[in-house]
Amino acid sequence: MDQYPFHHALKFLDEVCIGCSHCMKECPTQAIRICEGKVHLMENRCVDCGMCYRTCPYQAIMVEQDDFKKVYDYQYRILLVPALFFSQFPDKYATRQIYSALMELGFSNIVEVEHSVPILIEAIKQYIQSSQNDKPVISSFCPAIVRLVQVKFPSLTENIMLLKTPVDLTAIYYKRRLLDMGIKEPEIGIFYVTPCAAKIAAVKSPVGERASEVNGVINMDYIYNKVLRILKNDKDEIKPFDGMKFVSSKGLRWSLTHGEADNFEGRCLAIDGIHNVITFLEKLEKEEISDIDFLELRACDEGCPSGILTAENTFITVERVRFRAAKYKRLEKESDHESKMLNFNQYRNYILEENQLEPVKPRSMYKLDDNMLEAMRKIQEVNEIMKILPLVDCGVCGAPSCQAHAEDIVQGKSDIRRCIFIQNDIKEGNPREFLEKVWGNKKLKKSNENEG
Amino acid sequence: MSNAITLNYHIEGSDFINAGNASSQIKKVLQQLNVDPKTIKRIVVALYEAEVNVVAHAYKGDISAEITTEDITITLDDEGPGIVDIDMAMTEGYSTASPKVREMGFGAGMGLPNIKRNVDELNIQSEVKVGTKVVMKVKLS
Repeated sequence: MDQYPFHHALKFLDEVCIGCSHCMKECPTQAIRICEGKVHLMENRCVDCGMCYRTCPYQAIMVEQDDFKKVYDYQYRILLVPALFFSQFPDKYATRQIYSALMELGFSNIVEVEHSVPILIEAIKQYIQSSQNDKPVISSFCPAIVRLVQVKFPSLTENIMLLKTPVDLTAIYYKRRLLDMGIKEPEIGIFYVTPCAAKIAAVKSPVGERASEVNGVINMDYIYNKVLRILKNDKDEIKPFDGMKFVSSKGLRWSLTHGEADNFEGRCLAIDGIHNVITFLEKLEKEEISDIDFLELRACDEGCPSGILTAENTFITVERVRFRAAKYKRLEKESDHESKMLNFNQYRNYILEENQLEPVKPRSMYKLDDNMLEAMRKIQEVNEIMKILPLVDCGVCGAPSCQAHAEDIVQGKSDIRRCIFIQNDIKEGNPREFLEKVWGNKKLKKSNENEG
Repeated sequence: MSNAITLNYHIEGSDFINAGNASSQIKKVLQQLNVDPKTIKRIVVALYEAEVNVVAHAYKGDISAEITTEDITITLDDEGPGIVDIDMAMTEGYSTASPKVREMGFGAGMGLPNIKRNVDELNIQSEVKVGTKVVMKVKLS
């Protein structure tokens, strides 16, 4: 089993959470329970997909980030920005102006994450060719998907592509460049603007690599607000940044759905939305679907443009990214265009050597016990309990389904008397006491007040 | 409580849409038992293939799976046309599937050979115009 600590970037704010259970019903890995009126997260199941964050009506979930001041600890501050960040802003702001606004925040340089995409495409092509027996190759791009495969589809972990993502490669490249210029490692701070929680978790406890090259993570919504304020206040004065390097058009499209899959030969599918991915992987695990070469799987609809930390409407972002990519594609035909892009040639071999992940290990979330005989006993007990549960999956017990409740009971984490239907049958003790264990006493008090 | 788990499922002939239900359910139980993912994959692939065989060729069938700490034994018992020549049916590429079934992407003649590849023991008994009984066993530890 994977020994890495499992870091989660999603934090539930106990003082705001009222235990409304919306998130519990939405979670694709059934990682959430309600206890004493608050969310209890089963950390081994959570894949940081952010579905809970999307659905929470009370903003009781926050995405942790590094203190922005940490940036100033370093003399050379490099900000890695996903291309889609520049498509968060109204069209009247030019990309180069957004670069300038980011520079005003105190960075030494702004580098778009996707500069490394062309070299990654080369590496993936080779990887697909060389992995004849482990088809389909499942992209490692979306960290929520990598974790989903680990916990829910353990037999498919071997299919995960053991190559790094554009942000890692661009970080490796840029750091090497600065080191070669004679800058000392402790002086270099590489920061990454993230569109989602999963990518934070991936930096803080990477799967398949020991430590990330990224020194800190900044949430996209946070920096969006800062940049938009600068743009709005100094619109006339803000000059286009002249140090901008052109990303490739393929790089620009990388984080959109089909951004990866369209680059490769053979049968390559792109699937977005975590529930769609789950349905597909269920079939793939049985080999009900086979003969596929490459799978681009993303937890978010339309890919990263609907990451939970983005600001603009998903479809507007997609439109703007496509427009920019089409424009860059035209520019790519000009003979001197290559000189306006970041030059990777010198570091090509170095990056390809560094571009290797360690095998991803399964961490099945379903196991009831390490000991098989004990697990067998627990399954039988779950089945017995299921015979008396109502099977309506109402969630009043604080678990997302009767099955989940039965499993919790067997694991000693819940009490069958939390089931309101069982309560009604046994009429033993005060049913409210058991409900309070789930929902706390605030909600019940409130209904009493209304009566009075 | 006994030291074995028995699971039972029913299959309707020609219901391709629900073929694979038993393998999904059994997969979950094996995951709960912390069986090695590679072993689970072999079992699930073999069972899915066998389920599709019943759906494609038979009128109806029953699946029963018995899981012990040692192994899993899955029996698929169907009412159907039976297999005339079992040895022939075990040959890769040999198929008696109707064109209609082939159009749906099934019936490539890889079913039984694929099952055999994935299990430790395979026993097939068949009586023409009565039905087929497939018993497969996979060691779990």
